[in-house]
Amino acid sequence: MTADALPANSLVPSSRRSQAGIAWLFVAPLLIGLFLFLLLPSLGVVILSFSDWKLGEKNIAFYGLANYMELFTDPVFWNSATNTALYCLFVTPISVALGVWLAVLIESSRLGRVFFRSACFLPVVSTTVAMAIVWEFLLHPTLGPVNALLVLIGIPAQRFLSDAALVLPTLAAYGIWENAGYVMVLVMAGLKTIPSDLYSAASVDGADRPWERFWTITWPMLGPTMVFVVIIILLRVVRVFETVAALTQGGPHRASEVILYTIYLEGFNYFRIGYASALTVVFLLVMLILMLIKFRLLDRAAHYQ
Amino acid sequence: MMFPRLSEIPRLVLLVLFALLFLFPFIYMIAFSIKPVGEIFAGSLSLLPESWSGLANFPDALRAAPLLRYLMNGVIVCAGILGFQLLFAVPCAFALAKLRFRGKSVVLGLVLFGLLIPIQATALPMYLGLAILGLLDTYAALIVPFVASVFAVFLFRQYFLTIPDDLLNAARLDGCGEFSVMVRIVLPLITPAATAFGIFSVVSHWNDLFWPLIAIRSPELNTPPLGILAFRSAEAGDRYGELMAGTVIITAPLIIAFLLAQRRFVEGISLGALKG
Repeated sequence: MTADALPANSLVPSSRRSQAGIAWLFVAPLLIGLFLFLLLPSLGVVILSFSDWKLGEKNIAFYGLANYMELFTDPVFWNSATNTALYCLFVTPISVALGVWLAVLIESSRLGRVFFRSACFLPVVSTTVAMAIVWEFLLHPTLGPVNALLVLIGIPAQRFLSDAALVLPTLAAYGIWENAGYVMVLVMAGLKTIPSDLYSAASVDGADRPWERFWTITWPMLGPTMVFVVIIILLRVVRVFETVAALTQGGPHRASEVILYTIYLEGFNYFRIGYASALTVVFLLVMLILMLIKFRLLDRAAHYQ
Repeated sequence: MMFPRLSEIPRLVLLVLFALLFLFPFIYMIAFSIKPVGEIFAGSLSLLPESWSGLANFPDALRAAPLLRYLMNGVIVCAGILGFQLLFAVPCAFALAKLRFRGKSVVLGLVLFGLLIPIQATALPMYLGLAILGLLDTYAALIVPFVASVFAVFLFRQYFLTIPDDLLNAARLDGCGEFSVMVRIVLPLITPAATAFGIFSVVSHWNDLFWPLIAIRSPELNTPPLGILAFRSAEAGDRYGELMAGTVIITAPLIIAFLLAQRRFVEGISLGALKG
């Protein structure tokens, strides 16, 4: 770099050798941290997943794939995997659709844009645990305003967080409330890249109605962004933990137990380190696939620019 | 003052309804934080309290649990994390973008690989490592796992690549060493990127529950999310006004910061999209 820009490299006081020295000095602290806190633990979790180790025990035995065999026949794992998948299936499409709709609606409004945007984004910034406690109160079977409202319109009060049939949809509603504003912001950034002449061209061609403009221009132009947004939201949603830990602890009867919560219980409550590691590895593989798709998309987007 | 045209009214009504839906929990949080217990149990839907004696919820909440201490812990932990992240990542990103050295592509590869590893992956071994070192249940346990942010390196490197080499070479010709080039030329230029990353980092660590729940046992080290959970179990049931006052106190710092610098927050938090 330096040499290309300046042919007379000797004029540059810091010679190339000292530049390499200082470069390593600059890189070393991060590299050490990367090894200690990222690479080594990741390797560790894979190794531990082949062991039967429980915290506090002196002996550690490696017994190959036994943890993984146990995992695939463990109803607790399948229950959590199913709950997590259902949660993602609820939250991702609805948050994305709602977020896109809000973004388009707010961007096309002349009035109150900043207010509407901030209102939708507020849940993204707020401390999830604290807001979950507020929700718990809003949904309180006897004192909460939500049930008061239901009773007012003639529907009996519901036990949203302790009814096995309602608990997952309730947590999903929280997830949508929390993620729609995030989608909205990402989509707004995407909308800005659509040239406005396209809209005038469409209106010359007779596409004047808002939904005609949306389906002929906005949606096709947003296409690549949308795949990206779906993956990002999926990556956030699949890691659902806070609301479960704060509101239900996986209950009632494991009806709201999700993968991260199972990992937490197995690893940090029962201290079955080996088994929890195997769970982590499986969870990681799913995340890794999603992330690789995302990076490929990012890479492609960079080539198009 | 702009007035809506007739054709815009349905859209505005819809937007207002949705805004209310998003704000509903915040509105009720504040409304109930100033209601006396008796009114809450009367189950009325009204937002305004009948008597203002509920304002005592705030001092009561602060007496019931050291909420300000929890906020202070949040500040210490977030400042510690962000400080080390910048200290480690900025020089590394500078070297990767602007210096020549052998092994650069290997380092860059490791950084990109690191981007794929989420905290949940490293939690178990990290916990064991900290337990062996006797560091569990300390501020260090809350800070150390996050100090090497490959995401920050990735971001700052992208940013440094846009700084022209000629600018740096001019400084080198004037006799600046690499260190002073970085401190005097590059650092002033990265303020926008550092602000965005700072907001991203602070918001994610302030709100994180997973790692503090694992790493901390002593109540006096509680971060804000742990603190509000502890507060709720201490309240055990019926003092909802105090509980809501507590959540107001815990959520207020970030919400106020967001309202003061909305654009910056949106920028910063959207960065998370790159990280995954």
